[in-house]
Amino acid sequence: MLRAQAAAVSVLRRGPPLILEMPSPAETAETAAGPDAESRAWVRSLRARGRTREEAIARLHDLLRRAAAFEIARRRGSLSHVRDDEVEDLVQQSASDALMAILRKLGDYRGASRFTTWAYKFAVLEAGVKLRRRAWQGREVPLEPERWPQADGGPSTHEGVTQRELLDAIRRAIDSELTPHQRDVLVAVAINGVPIDVMAERLNTTRGALYKTLHDARRKLRRRLRADGFALGDELPAAEDG
Amino acid sequence: MSAMGGDDGRALRRALGPAGPELSCEECFAELDRYVELELSGAPADELIPGMRAHLEGCEACRSDHESLLALAESGG
Repeated sequence: MLRAQAAAVSVLRRGPPLILEMPSPAETAETAAGPDAESRAWVRSLRARGRTREEAIARLHDLLRRAAAFEIARRRGSLSHVRDDEVEDLVQQSASDALMAILRKLGDYRGASRFTTWAYKFAVLEAGVKLRRRAWQGREVPLEPERWPQADGGPSTHEGVTQRELLDAIRRAIDSELTPHQRDVLVAVAINGVPIDVMAERLNTTRGALYKTLHDARRKLRRRLRADGFALGDELPAAEDG
Repeated sequence: MSAMGGDDGRALRRALGPAGPELSCEECFAELDRYVELELSGAPADELIPGMRAHLEGCEACRSDHESLLALAESGG
């Protein structure tokens, strides 16, 4: 058996990957044309038995390893303190966990995209989650606002005054409207920039569940601000990383 | 409210999130591959998958996944 095949097959004996922590809604979007020939061949091979399947799994594992390496290379800056061999381990683990998830969810693939694009997203997710968690390993999650814009100097424009008034109103609404859990999640994730996957791991929950909490908290804040006379629309600037 | 910018504007955006309806993280993940291929083909991805753009604005982790998958697909995989 080839080395890649052995690695791919060995992952089948390991624990569940991260992706399995997320609920799995049915993928209902199916293209009218269905999968292309190459995608159909992938699915057929992965559903086959014996050597055909083993070879397809090995090829898929190699594809996922390259996708995970691509993702981690893009984000390598956040892992500057991590040794290269550990980074390689992250790549391998991401590929293996993505493979497990794909084999388990193969029935969800409806051909709405090429099979490889569908498969890549599992590797990107696994690599991204592992990378963010590794980057935050050993760090405390701040639950008090740390990243609010500094008040010193003060705004000099009408727009600035309005923004500062809004920020002050949000601070008050966070204290008055949110449950303790909603407050912790909103402050850590939306204000302090703690990755939601890191917060999910600390709270033993999922990204989806935490985002729901964040979404509900944001809705409460918006409702309070509207009640206080602030006109909220779509004109807030796009969020940025960092 | 006038258009907002700068640190204050970004802080507001992060705290309040997108204004309109948005997908959940699970729905976003389920549609992400199709969305990326629609984008690359020049199709109106945001019309075909409503709520995706709003979710990507509100969820930094899903936005990061989207950027990576798009870059990966653009590179030819």
